[in-house]
Amino acid sequence: MTSDLIVFILLALIAVASALGMAFSQNTVYAALYLVLNFIVVAVFYLLLGAPFIAMAQITVYAGAIMVLFVFVIMLLGVQSLPPAKTLPWQKPLAVVLAILLAVESTYLLLSRAPLTQALAAPDASANTTSNLQQMALALFSEYLLPFEITSILLLVAMVGAIVLSKHEKKAGSGNGLG
Amino acid sequence: MDWILWLEWFLKGLILCLILLGGFAYLTWYERRALARMQVRVGPNRAGPQGLLQPIADAIKLVFKEEFTPAHVYKVIFVLAPVLTVVPSLVLAAVIPLGTSFNLFGRTIHLYVSDINVGVLYIMSIAAIGVYGIVLAGWSSNNKYAMIGGIRSTAQMISYELALGLSIAVAIIMGNSMNLVEIINAQKDGWFVVAQPVGALILWIATLAEVNRAPFDMPEAEQELTAGYHSEYSGMKFALFFMAEYQKMIVVSMILATLFFGGYLEPAFLHGTFLSVDAVWTIGAWQFPAWFLGPIYLFIKVVILLFVMIWVRATWPRFRYDRLMSFGWKILLPLSLAVVFITATGLLLQSEYNNALYYWSIPVLSIISLLICVVFVNRDLRRKSYGRV
Repeated sequence: MTSDLIVFILLALIAVASALGMAFSQNTVYAALYLVLNFIVVAVFYLLLGAPFIAMAQITVYAGAIMVLFVFVIMLLGVQSLPPAKTLPWQKPLAVVLAILLAVESTYLLLSRAPLTQALAAPDASANTTSNLQQMALALFSEYLLPFEITSILLLVAMVGAIVLSKHEKKAGSGNGLG
Repeated sequence: MDWILWLEWFLKGLILCLILLGGFAYLTWYERRALARMQVRVGPNRAGPQGLLQPIADAIKLVFKEEFTPAHVYKVIFVLAPVLTVVPSLVLAAVIPLGTSFNLFGRTIHLYVSDINVGVLYIMSIAAIGVYGIVLAGWSSNNKYAMIGGIRSTAQMISYELALGLSIAVAIIMGNSMNLVEIINAQKDGWFVVAQPVGALILWIATLAEVNRAPFDMPEAEQELTAGYHSEYSGMKFALFFMAEYQKMIVVSMILATLFFGGYLEPAFLHGTFLSVDAVWTIGAWQFPAWFLGPIYLFIKVVILLFVMIWVRATWPRFRYDRLMSFGWKILLPLSLAVVFITATGLLLQSEYNNALYYWSIPVLSIISLLICVVFVNRDLRRKSYGRV
């Protein structure tokens, strides 16, 4: 129990530090890398909570696919260092208000819903079995089939949209191999 | 959670790392010798018998080389990038079972570092993390060639990750699990490559692209990019990239062997004989389980798969970049989708009607779809062979 607590506190420190680093770093590539670190730490949190599938999905999808594309775009555009930010006049007070709101809300939820000892309770070993994974898949494809399918249609629409936007008119006779 | 368990994990991890490091050293020797034979040369044969001490000589040379850091590089990332490339290639092997288990001092020791229920996903996620090292190396070097190499590798790895994931999904569907031990045990009656040869082929092609091996070695195409993403690296930092590439080759061959070629299991005709991994050898009064055959079988399979990789490098020229992308997106992705669909449908129909005909329709239909792809590629290449981008 105590070893879990030590691991948790260390990880939490890393998570907060990397999030701050992301927010305050002037170089966009460094910011993106801080975010990757943050995603990985969050994945380790999921592992601590006994959810290996979500942990791996987090790394594969966020740290692996999405952030790689971010880094890719940053490098291609060559916008490594940010110019001094131009903010709208009402943006800063609004941000402060919203941040305070979020902090209050999450503190309230944390204190009311889950006492600190309960939040750190060790997961049972059933989380790391194949049948657990199969149950999750079954729930995803039966109970939550509609949201699942809607999400996939949304992704399909996004993909078609990206292809249409990036497609430029080709002159007749100019094609490349394997087309 | 006793300390012996920690010790066991530590020792297993250490041994696995040492296996991969030694494997890396001798894979370079193996590749140079095999390539030389294919090109009617002799290859390194001076240091030690058959040149067996050559990797050690190379290592000593690399350690004592000057490590030059060019001006205007992003220092932290420049140093971090080789590490970020090597670490994923080492930890990737943690979930791969090398054999069954044996008893030592009353403890059952399994021949894998970790047995997790999402082992296949673990492989996918670590492979995804592995992209960063190369990209960052290219970006931090402050060199246009390195940058282009890094960007090419990102684009290539993302593109082929789709086909990789789908072909791994074929093995998951057939093994009915994401746990690598269970996938191997499901292959007792027959390796998945028999029922789904096209899936194995797609996985093999996609892994070649993932480890940036010929004919997919665009990130370091020396005619165009000098040395690609590691142009500016020298000494041990370069050696780390080199190490990562060869370790990834080994691990990827292990994964392919595990998912489609029965892992540490013996071939079907050895079932029940004394060469089976479950056999117990009786020598006089001694009962001796033959657990050590598992790693030997896996080793043989990995060596054969590595040989094919080297053979491909000696045989085929590099892809043109636009064709590489078209191949990944327009041929490999639809084909792997078709293969997943055929496999899932065939297995479902087989379990529903209990008819082996449906099971054997899986390889037949997959090979037919592969042939359709081949015909399509051929026609396309012939029609547009003079086309330009």
